[in-house]
Order: sequence, then structure tokens, then C-alpha cells
Amino acid sequence: MHPIRKKRLTIVLFLIAGVAVAVGLTTYALRQNINLFYDPSQISAGEAPVDVRIRAGGMVEEGSVVRDPESLEVEFRVTDFSASVPVVYVGILPDLFAEGQGVVAMGKLNGKGRFVADQVLAKHDENYMPPEVAEALAKSAKARGENGEGTGAPSTY
Amino acid sequence: MAFDSFTAFIAMEGHGPYVWTCYGVFFLLVAAMMVWSWRRHQAELKSCRRVHEAADGSGRGSAQPTPATFTRVKVSQD
Amino acid sequence: MWQIFHKLGSPKWFFGIATRLMPWLLAGALALLAVGLVWGLAFAPKDYLQGNSYRIIFIHVPSAFLAQSVYIMMASAAVVTLVWRMKLADVFVKAVAPVGLVLTFLALFTGAVWGKPTWGTWWIWDARLTSMLILLFLYGGAIALDRAINDEKSAARAVAVLVLVGVVNIPIIKYSVEWWNTLHQPATFKLTEKPSMPAEMWVPLLLSVLGLYLMFGWLACLRMQTEILVREQRTRWVKEHVLARRAG
Repeated sequence: MHPIRKKRLTIVLFLIAGVAVAVGLTTYALRQNINLFYDPSQISAGEAPVDVRIRAGGMVEEGSVVRDPESLEVEFRVTDFSASVPVVYVGILPDLFAEGQGVVAMGKLNGKGRFVADQVLAKHDENYMPPEVAEALAKSAKARGENGEGTGAPSTY
Repeated sequence: MAFDSFTAFIAMEGHGPYVWTCYGVFFLLVAAMMVWSWRRHQAELKSCRRVHEAADGSGRGSAQPTPATFTRVKVSQD
Repeated sequence: MWQIFHKLGSPKWFFGIATRLMPWLLAGALALLAVGLVWGLAFAPKDYLQGNSYRIIFIHVPSAFLAQSVYIMMASAAVVTLVWRMKLADVFVKAVAPVGLVLTFLALFTGAVWGKPTWGTWWIWDARLTSMLILLFLYGGAIALDRAINDEKSAARAVAVLVLVGVVNIPIIKYSVEWWNTLHQPATFKLTEKPSMPAEMWVPLLLSVLGLYLMFGWLACLRMQTEILVREQRTRWVKEHVLARRAG
């Protein structure tokens, strides 16, 4: 390789490396702002600010959804399988909202550790399957004895 | 076939508007990109041809190279 | 080895190869896209959660995938422009930047329309969506910068530097869903694992991705040829080419 070209190549590589380091450090410093939401472990560890609009995300805990029969109020727990946070929400939930599904809720954490949401978004995973397969999976999980999260829905969110 | 009828295919159980908007915009933009690129290519070919024919013809003193080029292009298409 | 490399850079040589390749690229692209998209739209089973709205994946993923790989190709060409000063590399960058812009727009648009029924929102400033928007601006910036500078050589270098600096965004797009909490789901296709969907869903998706790849190939060849004609208009081989075409 021609020495001039070698020199140019070195400059180019340094340029990329420099920019990569700069961007890497910036995103590392801003990582809390880049995260779209706090997960339940962070909230219960007290990492999330109280009375500030934040987002909380995780899975809707199985059997935790309580709908108020007279209004649109819903209460459920959001979990990441190591901690969970109670969420209150008044409004229409997205179609994909269900127990065992991922959600991202926007709202404020009150003093009592409850999350008062004003918007709930459904977060789905990268798994796709036909309805029949999902049913069959759920059935076989049931047959194996109902241990824990043995539903058709995968345990990642 | 995942659908029972053509109407069901269009409706997509209520998701029709979303799905068809996406596919519509996709086809529109891809087709537009193809047509636009093709036309630009043809225009450029034509302009190159005009330049070289003008250069060739200048010795013989052809006064109007452009209309002549245009007719000749048409003939060449068969 | 370097000799072959330099021969590859000859616009005349490329022009001939492209002319021979293009019919195959176009035929392959149309066939694969037709099979993949009709399969995905009408024959693939619906998803157990999202129902039929997930069918948008068959255009969303190919567009997003291409948008990123076109950028990587542009960045590689930018290195060649800066180090070897090869004209063809610059021709490539200039010819495909608008295609990348359209593909990025398509990925964002189809994602927004898909997000409404599934997430409950058109747009959210999460890491994946935002980094994809930055990609759109990078494409736009490269096009604008090229137009803003009149001198061909300075334009080529300036655009190459911009494209190279922007390449840092590509790993951020790719890993955003793993590094940070995002609303966007992780990748369906991974190199190391089986795809997280059954074959009757991922086969049409793969066909669409390949189809759009070939479509990009065709567009790139055509647009590069156009750009070569603009730059080499007065050379003898272009003269022979255009005049031979008229006669034949």
C-alpha cells in the first residue's frame, strides 16, 4: 500500500475512533435519559424521582389486574420478576394490554410508592406465532402442571 | 390463505387501514423511485447523445442538431 | 490484488458490468418481492397477540434493514473516497444517498403506522426510534452537503467525512433495544439464534428482505450509471456507448 494512502487510512480510522469514543461517553453519561422507562427494581430501590413525570415499564403481573366496575379505573402491578410496583390508571387501555404482557406507563410516582399513570402503552416482544400455536403452548404448559409463568407468552418483555 | 373471503382480506379484522396504508406508501415510494431514476437516466443518455452528435455534426455545419436528434431517437426504439 | 481493486474503480468497466447485471437484479427483485409480500399479506398466519397488524413487518423490517446496510455501504465507500480517492466510490455515495433516505423514511413511517394499533402511540422518543430519525437526518445531510458544494472533489471529501462520522449511529440503532429500555421490541432475526417466529412467517420476511436488497442493487446500478454519464460525458467511451446505442 502506498505510504500516503496508509497515512490517510490512519487519519480516517482515528477520526472514526475519536467520534465513537465521544458518542460513547455522551450516551453513557446520558444513559438515564436515554432509557425510556424505569423498571420496577429501580423504582423500588428508590432510584426513580417522586412526583416527577416519569415512565415505568415491565410486565403486567399475572392475576394483579383489578378493574373498577363503575369507572375506567384499573389497578395492576408491573413486575420485572424481582420487584413490582402498583399502578393506577384511569382511561382506555391499548388492545394488547393483558396480564403477562409488557407495558410502559407514563405518570408520577406518589409518596406511597404507587404509580399514578395517565397513559399506558403496550410493549410487545419479538416473538410472533400463529394463534393455534400459542394455544397449544398454553395447553401443554397447563398439562405439565401449572408451575409459575408457564403460559404461552414468553417470559421476556 | 389466512382469510376466508376477499372482504375479510381487505378488512384485516379492523387493522386494514393501518396495513394497507403502509403497503400503499411502500409501493408508491418504491415505484416512484424506480420511475424517477429511470427517467433521469434516459434524460442523461439523451443529453450525452446530443453533445456528441453536435460535436460530430459541427464539421458539416448542421445548424439544428436538437430536433434531428429527437426524431432519430424515436426511430431507434424498434 | 491492488490491481484488481483499481480496475474495479474504473467507471467504464463498472458501466459494462452494471448493464449486464441490471436485468437479473430487477427480475429477481420483482419476483422475490411479489412472492414475499403476497405470502406475508395473504397466506402467513396472523399473530396470536397483534392479529393482522403485524403484517406490516414484511415491509417495515426490509426497509429498516436496508436503510442501515445502505448506510454501512456508503461509509465503506467513504473510506475508499478518502484513502484511495477512487471516483467510483464517490459516485456510489452520491447515487444511493437518496435511496437510503427514502428507505429510512419508509421504515419510520411504517413503524409509526404499526405503533398506533399495537403500542397505542404513533411516536415515542425511545432510543431506537430516535436513532433511526438521526439516520434520516444523516442521509438528508449528506445529500444537502453534496448539493451545497460546487467543486466535485471537495464535495466528495466533505460528504465522505460526514458519512463516516455518522456511521457511529449504526451500532447505536442496532443495539439500542439491548442497551437501553425501549418500547421497541428486540430484533426478530439474529445471526446467532433461530428467528423468534415460525417458518411460515420468517420465510416470507426473508424473501422480502432479499427482494428489497436486489431492488436496491438495481437502483444503485442505474443511478450510478446516470452519475457516471454526467461526469464522463465528454470521454470517448461514453461517446461510443451512446452513439452505438442509437445505431443498434
